[in-house]
Amino acid sequence: MKINCEKIAKCLLTAVAFSALLSLLLIAIFIFKEGFPFMLKVGVSDFLFSSAWNPQMGQFGIFPMIVASLYVTFGAMLIGAPLGVAGAIFMNEFLPRPAMRIIKPTIELLAGIPSVVFGFLGVMVLAPLIRNHMGGPGLSILAASVILGVMVLPTVISISTDAIGAVPHSYRDGALALGATRWQSVHMVTLKAARSGIIASIILAMGRALGETMAVIMVAGNTVKIPHAVTDPVRTLTANIALEMSNATGMAREALFATGVVLFVVIMILNAIALSVMKSRGGRR
Amino acid sequence: MKRIVLKICSAAVAVLVLQTTGCGKPRESITMAGSTAFQPFAEKLSDQYMNAHPEVAITIQGGGSALGIQSALSGTAQIGMADLVTLPKEADAMKSIIVARDGIAVVVNPANRVAALTLEQVRGIFSGTIKNWKDVGGADHAVAVISRESGSGTRTSFEQIIGGIALTADALIQDSNGTIRETVANDAYAIGYLSHGMISEKIRPLTIDGFSCSEKDIMAGNYKLVRPIFLVYPPAISPAGQAFLDYLLSAEAQEILYANGLIKAK
Repeated sequence: MKINCEKIAKCLLTAVAFSALLSLLLIAIFIFKEGFPFMLKVGVSDFLFSSAWNPQMGQFGIFPMIVASLYVTFGAMLIGAPLGVAGAIFMNEFLPRPAMRIIKPTIELLAGIPSVVFGFLGVMVLAPLIRNHMGGPGLSILAASVILGVMVLPTVISISTDAIGAVPHSYRDGALALGATRWQSVHMVTLKAARSGIIASIILAMGRALGETMAVIMVAGNTVKIPHAVTDPVRTLTANIALEMSNATGMAREALFATGVVLFVVIMILNAIALSVMKSRGGRR
Repeated sequence: MKRIVLKICSAAVAVLVLQTTGCGKPRESITMAGSTAFQPFAEKLSDQYMNAHPEVAITIQGGGSALGIQSALSGTAQIGMADLVTLPKEADAMKSIIVARDGIAVVVNPANRVAALTLEQVRGIFSGTIKNWKDVGGADHAVAVISRESGSGTRTSFEQIIGGIALTADALIQDSNGTIRETVANDAYAIGYLSHGMISEKIRPLTIDGFSCSEKDIMAGNYKLVRPIFLVYPPAISPAGQAFLDYLLSAEAQEILYANGLIKAK
């Protein structure tokens, strides 16, 4: 009886573990099967580097969206990464422990706020501010970057906090014993030791920003055009798929899957970088 | 202990299975999908219908006109809703009826002092040849053009009726009538278009060529921006589905559509 239970449990757990892997594999195969033939048909370079997107007229160029995705993601990191890392340093090094026990769960709660709520705030508060003070339509790269920057904060803060918290106390004590000030010990010792964890947190946040859809559709304006200013509206890769999916048939639908392929590849590259960074952290310990 | 847990688990599973297989009277279910412009009206009418016919369960889904036709073709919905000037070829295999007509209003922010445009000016603004409100009698400020995503029923109808529009690359894109309304309500220099039934006090419809987007001018055929709303369904639709279609065309249902801002089919 007992042996049986062991075996059943083992089989079950193996099956469950592999089902996650299997679903990832199936998603990858499906997206590539639907999208890749289309890319070959239109021409990979035409698809990737042409600027005209008009599925109804047979024009499929996603270059403006690739640019937009990169701009918006980069902008979000510009806002989210410094804030997040600074927050993590503050919480670990300067905040008394009891306060941290309240603040950390609160920040993690931020991760649970649905993206549509962030988007709504962006449309109602941020976009009018940008429109009135900086010109343009308000729905813009800047609005999307700020909203995404705030959305990725929990990711950056919680992973960075863990990385900084994992730095052995003897390092700090050593620095302080050598006469370093608190700030010197933070930026010369702790941050250096936790560097790979912090980088990993930023790269994971980048993946999240790149993949975010709902909030971006609401605040980015969705114009298919290469932007020239941060107040210009843009359409990201994810927004393109979500916006046009319901109405797309035939070639237009395949084009959206091909957009998915591009997104998939970009996110895979980011994840690979994140993994290798984290591995190098493990290797050094 | 283990035994007890096992027993509780199996009891829970049994209850679930029993519930889903269901005891009690089976309900006829009808699914409608498609046009987001007609969706709120369909919901209202289906509620009315289900009150009178508790044996029928009607589900209304949005998704857009193209999806409506597709799901009627594939059978995922019995009835597809499509607001297009003409139905696409793939709908030929299906039966279709016009359930109502819907005006497309060109709307601006109430703060905008432009009240009337010609069809030519609308074409110019949406094609990007007119970029400033002062060219059409407004303030000296850039026009923020707001349109729908490509493939949208409202956009396809709008561009078809106006004719000769190559949408400006500067246009902001929103993915529903509701978000168009919010965007125009929030931006003093925006112009967009949406279903006549969606007009509220937060936005102001323009007169086109001197005619307003009102029942009077639409019925008289003066206001040009009007598209039919089609229901497409397979020739072999279920009796319950046919009964619901009959209800949608009945005088009572048409009266409700009219009271909520649509134009009667006949």
